[in-house]
Amino acid sequence: MSILSIEDVSLSFGGLEVLSDVSFSVEPGEIFAIIGPNGAGKTSILNVISGFYRPTKGSVAFNNKNMDRLSADKRAALGLGRTFQNIALYHGMSVLDNIKLGAHSLLNTGLFSALFYWGAAHKEEIRLRKEIEEEVIDFLEIESIRKKPVGSLAYGLQKRVELARALAMRPKILLMDEPVAGMNAEETEDMARFILDIKEEHNTTIVLIEHDMKMIMDISDRVLVLNFGHTLACGTPLEVQKHPRVIEAYLGQKKG
Amino acid sequence: MHIGDYRVTYASDEAVFVNATSRFWLGILFIFLLTFPFLAGDYLLFMANVTGITIIGAVGLNILTGFAGQISLGHAAFIGVGGYTAAIFSSRFDIPFLLCLLLSGIMAALFGIIVGGPSLRLKGLYLGIATLAAQLILEFVFVHWESVTGGIRGINLPTPKVFGIALDNDFKFYFVILTLVILCVTAARNLFRTRVGRAFIAIRDRDISAELMGINLLQYKTYAFAISSFMAGVAGCLYVNFLKTVTPEYFPLLESVRYLAMIIVGGLGSILGAIFGAIFMTFVPEMIKSLLGLLGAIFPTAMSFLFPFQQVIFGLLIVGFLVFEPHGLAEIWYRIKNYFRLWPFEH
Ligand SMILES: Nc1ncnc2c1ncn2[C@@H]1O[C@H](COP(=O)(O)OP(=O)(O)OP(=O)(O)O)[C@@H](O)[C@H]1O
Ligand SMILES: [Mg+2]
Repeated sequence: MSILSIEDVSLSFGGLEVLSDVSFSVEPGEIFAIIGPNGAGKTSILNVISGFYRPTKGSVAFNNKNMDRLSADKRAALGLGRTFQNIALYHGMSVLDNIKLGAHSLLNTGLFSALFYWGAAHKEEIRLRKEIEEEVIDFLEIESIRKKPVGSLAYGLQKRVELARALAMRPKILLMDEPVAGMNAEETEDMARFILDIKEEHNTTIVLIEHDMKMIMDISDRVLVLNFGHTLACGTPLEVQKHPRVIEAYLGQKKG
Repeated sequence: MHIGDYRVTYASDEAVFVNATSRFWLGILFIFLLTFPFLAGDYLLFMANVTGITIIGAVGLNILTGFAGQISLGHAAFIGVGGYTAAIFSSRFDIPFLLCLLLSGIMAALFGIIVGGPSLRLKGLYLGIATLAAQLILEFVFVHWESVTGGIRGINLPTPKVFGIALDNDFKFYFVILTLVILCVTAARNLFRTRVGRAFIAIRDRDISAELMGINLLQYKTYAFAISSFMAGVAGCLYVNFLKTVTPEYFPLLESVRYLAMIIVGGLGSILGAIFGAIFMTFVPEMIKSLLGLLGAIFPTAMSFLFPFQQVIFGLLIVGFLVFEPHGLAEIWYRIKNYFRLWPFEH
């Protein structure tokens, strides 16, 4: 049974078709990579899954439950974690508060208990802090920066904080848009290790967009190749690598 | 040199006043605030009361605009809704003051929620224009719905009572206002220790990613408008009870702009900033006036020439602050505080 299935999704922006009849499904616990040249529609498909873009046609199901009518925030609450291609942290908050924000939909504090901060609201905050420290901050090795404003951090660390924020919501599926773009070799290796650990320790399903071919081939279980909004191929990294249309349209470009 | 505070538990790390130093200074401030009315003269006491009421209004606006990023040019009108609610309920229906306070807050919050409704679609300047429209409509209603608001003559209020004590002078009022300022500031502070406050900041910084993180934008924008205008309503109720009368002249568009200037000068997205801004905007014009008065006494002929310059000097001061410290007075304060870090408890 697939945890996520995308069926015949098409998306257009003012006559420009960005996605055409894209279908694929993601199995629980796998690392599913989406690759393709710039403008292929990779980010768009993540945005369709997240509920930020409404497809012109087709549907998205999570655990066999159709999500088409759910708003983006409701989908997040179901367990869709997300990181962004262009880092989207909140610059007015510390690293710690950014991460805490990720846990928003797991918390219960309402408006009134927030204003009074008695009992339950207070307990919830302390518990959240403990969980985040032990499960997210330790895991991603960011103890030393947790009090810093996010704007003061190096690019690679900001990407890591974004991952921390996504993990704080204990996602069932983690949607990552180019997690290692712009990182150096060491940071890339760290990130790849984190992604594998997340998959192994929490059995989290990961959908990942990347341009870094080495990393894709190393860590992903299956790969979907998009080109101009069309599916070129879908299969294991080895199958995809050998696929003639993929070699022609994508990998071939780079080799040639 | 201080060694830095080593915090053992997450609970103590999450506390607001984490070390002995901040608790010490908070104690000093509290003692000062309690003894102030015994030492201050009539004029200072009056000014302190006005400032306290303004602080409540400014904290409210800063929650909405500074923290949640929803610009409002209608804040004075929400204060007006609170003021008229209080005036009508107390003068016509003999509703006790404390209940009026609550009703004013709730009524203003309802108006805030309605005006905030379009905020899901309208952003930035467009929301500014929508709230400007609300300001002008409400002003119109204050003036022209004479059977209810008393038109330009307004409504006179009876002397409010709290637990049987008539608030018939500024001294007694001071303690009521102080209590409410402490309540509002504490509530605002609490808000930003929880997911509600974090959601506000997230919406301000990046609303799309906030939504994808699970925040219901409409719900939280509505919350921001509700809390902000609730505080505006409370400020309005206090203001008209303090002055014992309400007229539409108290709540012009210029007053909304003044509140915006207040939180910008004080520091957007900072509760302390709202407090500083309110103090600055209330006291500094008075200080300029008395300074010019002094000069006028020395050079009598210059007085008629200098007097119109009050506004100009005040305006220049504001511009100066914005140029030299765009993050407001609160930022200057944090810098001074960091300099003196743990004094007098350093070891
Ligand atoms: N909101 C939008 N409005 C209009 N066009 C859009 C929008 N979002 C994406 N597009 C267009 O859709 C196409 C696919 O964009 P998308 O961001 O999905 O590509 P991508 O595969 O993520 O590329 P990259 O590798 O550069 O990130 C592009 O031509 C882009 O211009
Ligand atoms: Mg992209």
